[in-house]
Amino acid sequence: MDFQAVIDSLPRYAEPLLVTITVTVASAALALLVAFALGLMTSSKHLAVRTPARVFVEFIRGSSVVVQLFWFAFAMPVILGIQFDYLILAGIIALGLNYGAYSSEVVRGAIAAVPKGQLEASLAVNFTPFQRLRLVVLPQAWPEMIPSLSSFAIMLLKASALVSLIGVFDITGIARIIGGANGGANQLPHLALILVVYFVLAWLIWTGMRALERKAKRGVGINTRLPKTRAVAPPEEGANAAGGVL
Amino acid sequence: MNEWNNETVIEVFPAIWDGFIVVLQVTLVAGLIAVLLGLLVAIGERTGPAWLKRVVSGFFQFVRNTPLLVQLLFVWTATSLYINPDWSAFIVGSAVLGVHYASYTSESYRAGIEAIPKGQWEAATALSLPTHRVWGAVVLPQMMRRSTAAVANWVIAMFKEVPTLFAIGVLEMIAQAQKFQGQHYTGAVEGYTIAGILFLAASYPVAVAARRLENRLAKSHF
Repeated sequence: MDFQAVIDSLPRYAEPLLVTITVTVASAALALLVAFALGLMTSSKHLAVRTPARVFVEFIRGSSVVVQLFWFAFAMPVILGIQFDYLILAGIIALGLNYGAYSSEVVRGAIAAVPKGQLEASLAVNFTPFQRLRLVVLPQAWPEMIPSLSSFAIMLLKASALVSLIGVFDITGIARIIGGANGGANQLPHLALILVVYFVLAWLIWTGMRALERKAKRGVGINTRLPKTRAVAPPEEGANAAGGVL
Repeated sequence: MNEWNNETVIEVFPAIWDGFIVVLQVTLVAGLIAVLLGLLVAIGERTGPAWLKRVVSGFFQFVRNTPLLVQLLFVWTATSLYINPDWSAFIVGSAVLGVHYASYTSESYRAGIEAIPKGQWEAATALSLPTHRVWGAVVLPQMMRRSTAAVANWVIAMFKEVPTLFAIGVLEMIAQAQKFQGQHYTGAVEGYTIAGILFLAASYPVAVAARRLENRLAKSHF
């Protein structure tokens, strides 16, 4: 193992790091979009809306993200005639759809957990369905989703390493290339290095999502700083969710 | 790239099926590790000394927050270069996968332990039950009821991540499809599609069963 060589090769990680971040952020954005679309559809009371969304979710969740990645990259262009100019797009779409389908369950659950009285009240003041969603349901459901969504975001970061398998040069790809030179003598320190990079990225996501959660909870009147100075036992998680907003 | 071909489907299917059997074998081995090691970690975090708890939970936090693929490559390189080159990719891959998912199952077990009412612990202390009885007769039966469904879901999730092992040379479905493509210049498209369908066919019934189990266990709470 030659540590000087590892340090010298650090600049070559700059662009792949950008690729890893791009894949993670872009597929997270797509996943969020898909999650809300599917989550709202599966929450619908109309069977015609609910069924296709349900089938799509079960279809995606039922199979493997690795297989989907290969399928989107190499099989879909042949079968459906949809050709991506860049493989990275296939990666982003596969990861975005997969994690979007998983996260749609979180969206659905959080919407279902909004107290019924809130819906009745919004009916009583004659809100349109869209107003009800935008002003009453989502502001209350959103803070409840964030903890689960943040663990999915970290899983997505981890899954972004898989795009190296279809030939996209993210940090995993470059670590295998640089480390694999000279018979792989330096493979281990390079892999250790990117493990640490992934851990730091995961920590950044986690910290960011915690801040977002606090902000979202303050928006509906749940003060998350308060429990720190409490003298009594903390309330149950669920009780806080339902009781805090009323 | 080749066109879709129905005859190729029939030709490539046996190879993909072999890969599927390997996936099931890995799932069995790694699943056992995930289920047992996770339980051990969850109990150890409660009963072990503070330093051990810190080391173990630090290690598993690292495992949980880094990609399985990179862990596989790391451990595979380490074992084949420095420890024992005779260890097969199947064994090393299953072990890494099992430990990776133990980091998740231990959290589910931990949540199950934490959900046990305080009075149960106090009652066990009041009866001055020995430690093994506290766990065996009081804590574990109640915890299992709460954690089983979550752990089952992690094992299903793990099953779907087995194809990652092809990166270290385990001959699962993706590897079989690529191998077939290499020999016959066709079959990758069909192979990937069959692999997806096999996953769906295998995991959907199990997922439905896990959901039923979850509902049944939820109803039996007291």
